[in-house]
Amino acid sequence: MKQLLILSGKGGTGKTTMAGAFIKLASARVYADCDVDAPNLHLVLKQWSEPKRTDYYGMPKASIDADLCSECDLCRQNCRFEAIKDDYRVDFFACEGCGVCEAICPVRAVSLIPAVAGELMLYRNDHVFSTAQLKMGSGTSGMLVTEVKKQMKSVVLYTDLAIIDGSPGIGCPVIASLSGVDMVLIVAEPSVSGISDMERIVKTAQQFQTRIAVCVNKYDTNLVKTQEIESFCHQAGLPLVGHIPYDPEVIIAVNEGRSIADRDCIAGQAVREVFCRTISTLLQDN
Amino acid sequence: MKIAVLSGKGGTGKTLLSVSLAAVAGKSTYIDCDVEEPNGHLFFKPADIESEKIAIRIPAVDQQLCNGCRVCTDFCKFNALAYIRDELLIFEEVCHSCGGCVLLCPLHALSERDKVIGEIRRGVSGDVKVISGILNIGEASGIPVVKRLLHDIPAGNTFIDCPPGSACIVMESIKDADYCIFVAEPTLFGVHNLNMVYELVKIFGKPHGVVLNKCLPGGNPAEEYCRDKGIKVLGKIPFDQDLGIMNSNALIAAREDEGWREIFKTLLQNVMEEVHHEAAVDPKR
Amino acid sequence: MIIAIPVDDQSSENKVCVSFGRAPYFLIYDTENGSKSIIHNSAASSQGGAGIKAAQTVVDSRAEAILTPRCGENAAEVINAAGIKIFKTISDSISENINAFKEGKLESLDNIHPGFHGRGDQ
Repeated sequence: MKQLLILSGKGGTGKTTMAGAFIKLASARVYADCDVDAPNLHLVLKQWSEPKRTDYYGMPKASIDADLCSECDLCRQNCRFEAIKDDYRVDFFACEGCGVCEAICPVRAVSLIPAVAGELMLYRNDHVFSTAQLKMGSGTSGMLVTEVKKQMKSVVLYTDLAIIDGSPGIGCPVIASLSGVDMVLIVAEPSVSGISDMERIVKTAQQFQTRIAVCVNKYDTNLVKTQEIESFCHQAGLPLVGHIPYDPEVIIAVNEGRSIADRDCIAGQAVREVFCRTISTLLQDN
Repeated sequence: MKIAVLSGKGGTGKTLLSVSLAAVAGKSTYIDCDVEEPNGHLFFKPADIESEKIAIRIPAVDQQLCNGCRVCTDFCKFNALAYIRDELLIFEEVCHSCGGCVLLCPLHALSERDKVIGEIRRGVSGDVKVISGILNIGEASGIPVVKRLLHDIPAGNTFIDCPPGSACIVMESIKDADYCIFVAEPTLFGVHNLNMVYELVKIFGKPHGVVLNKCLPGGNPAEEYCRDKGIKVLGKIPFDQDLGIMNSNALIAAREDEGWREIFKTLLQNVMEEVHHEAAVDPKR
Repeated sequence: MIIAIPVDDQSSENKVCVSFGRAPYFLIYDTENGSKSIIHNSAASSQGGAGIKAAQTVVDSRAEAILTPRCGENAAEVINAAGIKIFKTISDSISENINAFKEGKLESLDNIHPGFHGRGDQ
């Protein structure tokens, strides 16, 4: 099974819109939303059944037993994450579960307890859709991304292609989402910010030796910048798999909870072309 | 006053709004906390840049002193240490810099050294102090950079451009803010993600309002959401092709065009009234 | 020679586990006398750095060779530091791999996948 991951660096360039359309066009039976911080794919691909929900436990968090605590202050002084408050209570959001407080406490008042950091959801019909939602303020999203992908692959389905919607940025969750994928499609946006972010995500993906293809979304909003993206791809030897014009129909489709692949519009047409080229690039031997 | 601009979803216009507000606020400070993809400096093109490297503390071992007791390897919850063939191996990129191994080593064979993970650039653009955090590529967490960014903020009005999402780096970015502005686009995606940051900001009890961006004629799911939840709408920015082009060329519309300057000035006025109103209602803050 | 193989369960019909760092158990097999034992991999449930800890466990078991389908960068660094050779498995069958190893038919695992900050497990 080939895995295609859709990324962008910058947020709001159209990752999820693209992923939703690709899933429709490929009639993909296996897909996942790895943007665990702000998952949206389920909004485009309405599911008719209830998912199987599983709590996701991140790093355990420290807990101080007030009855045992002698207020010696050692834990507070040695916590690098400022997670121990003046009244010797643990700030759950700040605690990273390193265990320094537990190790240093002379009266064994500290213990590490399991903490739910998010929720995994698995939809299973004739297709498999794996997604998750990180709890607000949680920090261990990379592991949750790994769990989403693991959950996606836990159901054995005979199929050729899995499509994965990624998250913005270049940090922990993005790095985790890159693991094991066959190719990354970067959705670039023709703006100074979009290009700067694209360059950073390209470098990140290259660091992990992942194959890359690029498409330009809303290309006609700034033709000069679109050209810059084209020459960047040319110089970096990255295949450019197409251009999608700005199309107000996209917002209408999103707000109706539908994919642009379902609409007869210029953006939908362009996405179909991008899809074909992406898939043939993916299937080429590298 | 410290005003944080956040959105949940990426690409809704956080940078546009925070840059524009800072640009029309006279003497002010703009801080870019979106350290994974910092873009504010592309708009401000600041001059007189001073750079500060941001480092985290990573353990280093004196193999001569280490006797292989494995207290550190057993302790490390992140499995950043291994003891192989009479040598302690340290895996920097797995380390969370908790300092536990150094603290617990009975032979004091471990010490700490700096590992650079990013930098902060401080410059000026007109009246605006521009401070950007930049995380190095391949690094997992930008939180140390954000902590340093917000450590000593100059007095006066400060606009904090937050990272997208609602994870702990966003919490870190709004921790000391006096007021939070959500930027929302008129899509269901926008609403879904707005809901998440709204919940986050409520946990912290921060006063807040919303700016609706990319507004088109017709229904706006984000506006309906605000009405339902009783969230104050501070202003609306229409969808506009000229603004889009200026923005995509990293030009600050409020500096380029008198019309946009007025629009953002009015918006800033609304924001400031609301900020001071909230501060008066709850003097604790 | 003592070899270690990541395996899915403790039973006698166990198969080679697709992951090294997060394999629940390791089979330790002595090619001299055919003795087998199973050791628990406490790294399997780790939040991060599972490969490093799993490799430490295998090194401590005094294995001299590891037979695995995949291995991450961090685990490989630990294993290499210990002077242990890594061989690529040819199927999910334990006995097939052991026999192939004895006959010198297994190739060394060269395709070490990059470390994903300890999040690279599949």
